[in-house]
Amino acid sequence: MIAELGQYALALALVASIAQALLSLLGAHRVDARWMAAGARASVLQALSLGVAFGTLLWSHAIDDFSVRNVAENGHRLKPMIYKLAGAWGNHEGSMLLWILVLAIFGAAVALRGRQLPATLRARVVGVQGLIGIGFVLFVVVASNPLARLFPAPFEGNDLNPILQDPALAAHPPFLYLGYVGFSVAFSFAVAALLEGRVDPAWARWVRPWTLAAWCCLTLGIALGSWWAYYELGWGGWWFWDPVENASLMPWLSGTALLHSAVVVEKRDALKSWTVLLAILTFALSLVGTFLVRSGVLSSVHAFAVDPARGVFVLVLLALTVGGALTLYAWRAPQLKLGGLFRPISREGALVLNNLLLTTACATVFVGTLYPLFLDATQGRSVSVGPPFYLRSFTPLMVALLVAMAAGPLLAWKRGDLAAALQRLWLALLALLLVASLTWYVQGGGPWLALVGFGLGAWTIAGAATDLAERVRLFRVPLSSSGARFAQLPRNAIGAALAHAGLGIAVIGMTGSALWQSERVLTMRAGDKVEIAGYALTFDGVRKVPGPNYVAERGSFEVKHGNGDAVATLTPERRFYPSQRTTTTEAAIRTTGLADLYVVIGEADGDGTVVRVWHHPFVPWIWSGAVVMVAGGLLSLADRRLRVGAPRARTSDAVVAS
Amino acid sequence: MRRLLYLLPALLLALLLVRFAEPLVRGDDPSRIASALVGKPVPAFALAGFDGAAGPNSERLKGQPTLINFFASWCTPCRAEHPTLMRLAASQKAAVIGVAYKDDPAATKKFLTELGNPFAQVGVDRAGSTGIEFGLSGVPETFVVDAKGMVRYRHVGPLTARDVADKILPLLAKMKSES
Repeated sequence: MIAELGQYALALALVASIAQALLSLLGAHRVDARWMAAGARASVLQALSLGVAFGTLLWSHAIDDFSVRNVAENGHRLKPMIYKLAGAWGNHEGSMLLWILVLAIFGAAVALRGRQLPATLRARVVGVQGLIGIGFVLFVVVASNPLARLFPAPFEGNDLNPILQDPALAAHPPFLYLGYVGFSVAFSFAVAALLEGRVDPAWARWVRPWTLAAWCCLTLGIALGSWWAYYELGWGGWWFWDPVENASLMPWLSGTALLHSAVVVEKRDALKSWTVLLAILTFALSLVGTFLVRSGVLSSVHAFAVDPARGVFVLVLLALTVGGALTLYAWRAPQLKLGGLFRPISREGALVLNNLLLTTACATVFVGTLYPLFLDATQGRSVSVGPPFYLRSFTPLMVALLVAMAAGPLLAWKRGDLAAALQRLWLALLALLLVASLTWYVQGGGPWLALVGFGLGAWTIAGAATDLAERVRLFRVPLSSSGARFAQLPRNAIGAALAHAGLGIAVIGMTGSALWQSERVLTMRAGDKVEIAGYALTFDGVRKVPGPNYVAERGSFEVKHGNGDAVATLTPERRFYPSQRTTTTEAAIRTTGLADLYVVIGEADGDGTVVRVWHHPFVPWIWSGAVVMVAGGLLSLADRRLRVGAPRARTSDAVVAS
Repeated sequence: MRRLLYLLPALLLALLLVRFAEPLVRGDDPSRIASALVGKPVPAFALAGFDGAAGPNSERLKGQPTLINFFASWCTPCRAEHPTLMRLAASQKAAVIGVAYKDDPAATKKFLTELGNPFAQVGVDRAGSTGIEFGLSGVPETFVVDAKGMVRYRHVGPLTARDVADKILPLLAKMKSES
């Protein structure tokens, strides 16, 4: 009964999305406030009914209703409650429902919160959001219904893929989707602006917070995913240049570019048609991400829910949404008025450079991901593009980006003075040289990429600090006066510096873990010892431990410093899930904040147990860097200017649906 | 001229979409090949050998039932299935061929020295292109090929002793009675 209620809610959502699109767009065209208000109400109805549908799916998973196919395929009675609930989105159908729910919530949020927006612009944004909604709700209803029944109902479910039963992975898809779908708002704003035929600083001021919020979620989602890959997959890597990972990196890169180019539109009324294009492309890449994960066009280690029929459906949606928007762009963008002029050496110029580098990097990843597909078509040969390609193409672009990143914020608008900016960066340069020579000393020569990576990490962090110090005129005016200036600084300036520093921290983490990790693989018996990076590990053997829906073999290691001081006991596990006959590895990780000690046990055989021990220097910095970046984004989002927005206009309550 | 520039993104998208749609409409995306591979001849491949030995080659498979096992030293489930492969190879019911998928040969060597080498031949698929030909969704995967070079069975994930007893051995017995 509950599932049927959800089905009904889904159908209602489809009708509501049609009403939302038609009423809003036609209402904006006729400048009819009543039609536009009705469209806004429809968007709220769509969000509510999808909320009900998702709620019924959650409920069915929570009570183990195996007569619902989705629950039977992914549920298990013995699973802990959090993974029962995560099972609702840990699979194709459920995750698509979550996707459209987020889409509808964003649409309704614009309808409800965007009171200061010009009425027709708001209606058009809501209408475009409704158009996207029609396509994807239809997709869920027709091609991937999560609430379909199964007869006869089995007594026990198939269990969620055990490797996915993990707290970070339970949170990873929702954040990723908030990010992907969040860019839909930027897309809708772009299309609405093209329909209106006007892009101005007020428009950019509206687009930026939405983009920023989506960007924060996407950053967090990607970080959670790579963190999960690091500790769960059990081979100590955190990024594999896998097509599915690339699919999330591409919208992140172009979304980052969009954040920066929107600043130029807002401050200088320039780069308008480029920003509109970026907004369209960023969402397009999010859709391509969905498409790549769903369709199986590219073979991937992730390979989850492969179904060509669904692929065709998503492809048609992609063609309609993005193709429509780009056609509109080709038609209307040339009519956008050109904005303010600027010299190449200026803040705008630096932001243009940032955009060039980020979009080129994005294109590199795009080519690397899709190249196998095209080669297959033209030469009938199959290849897969590996890390060496990205190391050679992506890394130099990032190096250039990091070099420029410290100088950009120090340049003035319109016409900047590069020499003066570089002069002010003497401290950052000193940090770069210091860290690089320290690296050289520590590793005794070694890979030069380590010098570059660590040096640039330090350069970026020191550069961000210099930016803030310059703004508060640190040490040039009394400290108390600097403090007062700091309190007066716009939050988005602090946020930007924080985000830049976060990237520097992450770069140090990536360099350290990629180039300095050490590894030992050996067969051990109880009592055996292994030494790595100044630690001595004594193996105490393996015991069988029962879990809720698995049986674990738990190894135990006594960790000591070289001088004999006890540090910790590490207990890596191998878990066998009988219902899916799958084994997962649970790494035991001991972190000092500077480095991780990482232990995995393998199969026990006659001679003992296979043990892999890694020492990963700086690896925690990758994710703390990401967290700092998100914190910077959130701080920026809290900026008063963004919250208040354009001059407030009183609107009658009739226009606002509630 | 300037208008053409604005049209460029739409044109590029159209190009991409056509390319995306083609395999989907033809129905030969990688996953399809994989499931459709059963009952078809094994994809042609010739791999470099390992450690100086000759590499496996699709032509030389014919004449006896063969198991092709895709593995990698970085893959933990591969370690899990390794004892099963050792036992299966020792039974001499089929030739067992290994393909080291996207793996560093030095790491493969360490893996095989450490756990034992069940493979009659090991091929090095450093770029993973043979894996794509086979429509691999990941490692480990095992394909059973009969004496005529036809793919008879595909197993995704680690082989357990039970899989061998319930599926592989009966299939090998059946293939033997056919010839």
